[in-house]
Amino acid sequence: MIVLGISAYYHDSGVALIKDEKIIAAVQEERFTRKKQDDGFPKESIKYCLEEAGITLDEVDYIAFYDKPFIKFERLLETYLSEAPKGFKSFAMSIPVWLKDKLFLKETLSKELKKLYLELNPNKDKEAKAFKSAVQEKFMFGEHHQSHAASAFYPSPYEEAAILTIDGVGEWTTTSLAYGAGNRIEFLKEINFPHSLGLLYSAFTYYTGFKVNSGEYKVMGLAPYGEPKYVDMIKEHIIDIKEDGSFQLDMSYFNYTTGLTMTSKKFHKLFGEPAKERESTLTQREMDLAASIQVITEEVMIKLALNAKEVTGSANLCLAGGVALNCVGNGKLLRENIFENIWIQPAAGDSGGALGAAYAVYYQELQNKRTINPNELDKMQGAYLGPKFSDEEIKTYLDSVGAKYDHYSDEDELIEVVSDVLVANKVIGWHYDRMEFGPRSLGHRSIIGDARSQEMQSTMNLKIKYRESFRPFAPSVLAEKVSEWYEIETPSPYMLLVADVKKSKQIEMTKEQEALFGIEKLNIPRSEIPAVTHVDYSARIQTVHKETNLRYHKLLSKFDEKTGCPTVVNTSFNVRGEPIVCTPEDSYRCFMRTEMDTLVIDNFVLYKADQPDFTDDSNWQDEFELD
Amino acid sequence: MSMIKELWAFMKSRKKFWLAPIIIIMLLLGVLIVLAQGTAVAPFIYTLF
Repeated sequence: MIVLGISAYYHDSGVALIKDEKIIAAVQEERFTRKKQDDGFPKESIKYCLEEAGITLDEVDYIAFYDKPFIKFERLLETYLSEAPKGFKSFAMSIPVWLKDKLFLKETLSKELKKLYLELNPNKDKEAKAFKSAVQEKFMFGEHHQSHAASAFYPSPYEEAAILTIDGVGEWTTTSLAYGAGNRIEFLKEINFPHSLGLLYSAFTYYTGFKVNSGEYKVMGLAPYGEPKYVDMIKEHIIDIKEDGSFQLDMSYFNYTTGLTMTSKKFHKLFGEPAKERESTLTQREMDLAASIQVITEEVMIKLALNAKEVTGSANLCLAGGVALNCVGNGKLLRENIFENIWIQPAAGDSGGALGAAYAVYYQELQNKRTINPNELDKMQGAYLGPKFSDEEIKTYLDSVGAKYDHYSDEDELIEVVSDVLVANKVIGWHYDRMEFGPRSLGHRSIIGDARSQEMQSTMNLKIKYRESFRPFAPSVLAEKVSEWYEIETPSPYMLLVADVKKSKQIEMTKEQEALFGIEKLNIPRSEIPAVTHVDYSARIQTVHKETNLRYHKLLSKFDEKTGCPTVVNTSFNVRGEPIVCTPEDSYRCFMRTEMDTLVIDNFVLYKADQPDFTDDSNWQDEFELD
Repeated sequence: MSMIKELWAFMKSRKKFWLAPIIIIMLLLGVLIVLAQGTAVAPFIYTLF
């Protein structure tokens, strides 16, 4: 049985194709169109998934969509009505979009699929018409949080588990607690719009001058520079948190229900200033605000988890929804030891909903048996579910642009050479095999460097990624050695858990250094691996496993053999605002546009100094909108 | 026709018949707006979608 899951028309479109229980492919549309968080119909992703599965469009048995547009529309209407005549401007802007594209989604999707059918089968107009009627019978629509919950539980390694989904908003639900057992998921509790932890975090993201729906992770990264001095004020005025983790927002502080901004004048009055302009200089105040909202988020997450434990009695917890990408919160949750095991869907945002929708159809609707393979970490295959390219394809491209390269047919030789480059403190673009699904680069489309280097963080931020200097970098570490370097015992293959660098590896701050504030702490060496140690000694860890990423594991092992350090810096292979690279062409272009030293594409190694002059057909700063 | 059927099924299952007059008027207005504008541009705040 083949189920195609689609998430689209909201933000970050994605597609997943499952064949029975196995994920054949999963990918985000932005990687093909090169438009960050592309929310359009994911045509290229569908084409790729079909190609990977070796099937045609009409061989798909079911098409699962990840949310229910009518119920979402109902929320919009009821919200506008409850606040009318306020919000007319936003109403007048959004309703035409809804009526045109989003409401009658079955029709919109079948039209798009018919177009795709014709593109793949030119001159078959008659068959295309029959295909369109047939495809309408194949659609199934799951609820937004059902899709998130399914994406968290079904691919997890647990027979049964409590499931928490927390995000901005779906149809009505913003937070849900469910219990999964075998092939069933039962919803137990939910919190509805407008009370939303995700939107509260987004409101502070907006207020501190970052872009809503993409700058949230910057707020999380900024938090350790600040003091959580606004926590009491937020609790007193803005959010009422109950013991069971449920919460209520005072909506007079917000403007997102019907306005065109996240926060209201009352919010600005409370904090004494209007919202910060985008791209303006960060002050200690923004850092303190970030620290405060992070503390509030963690408190709610922990209380929700305690309640989930009490209600379900399970030893396992599965998490998904945008807030599950808050890896600092996840790390705290882990250390609270509420659950014995925690599994987080690597594509926890909306693109992952495509996978959840597909699995929900397969297990919940069609009642197929769910099996767990004890030899697998989970069903995600390391999240390496995207396109890969053959040596021939890579060579053809590289030759077409006159690139100079060395080709290695012996993997050990390649590892020897690349590890030497790493030891020499060079920055490497590392493109290997299938691309990752979800927002994290996990050693298949990564930029890597020596974590021991004191200058690596600022070099990577300012010369390679062209992004804000305060942004921290994450480490990849050999799974077997993680607890020698970090305060964590569990695997974290998807870079979704934060833990401290091991005490023995930390460098204590002097009294003068401790007295420094915020961003001033950035240049103090904090550990033996300063490039991946945040100012509060924490690190967002990716454990590298032989089972899912053998070549990267070999590279880290060789680096460890040469330096005694089994951990490297791993950041996504892109520049600021650009979707992560997908093809050899994307990788080469990104390599040539930045001050990266070396590029490795599968078995090809390229050195910057050897390359011909690169004429850029466009300026990346114009091409990509800053995130 | 299938769209009207879908709308009816939705209102029936959600027991929200009181939304019917609003939706009908909006659909009529919406057709006018869409026809007049040609394209519809979405505002940026994501809760709307």
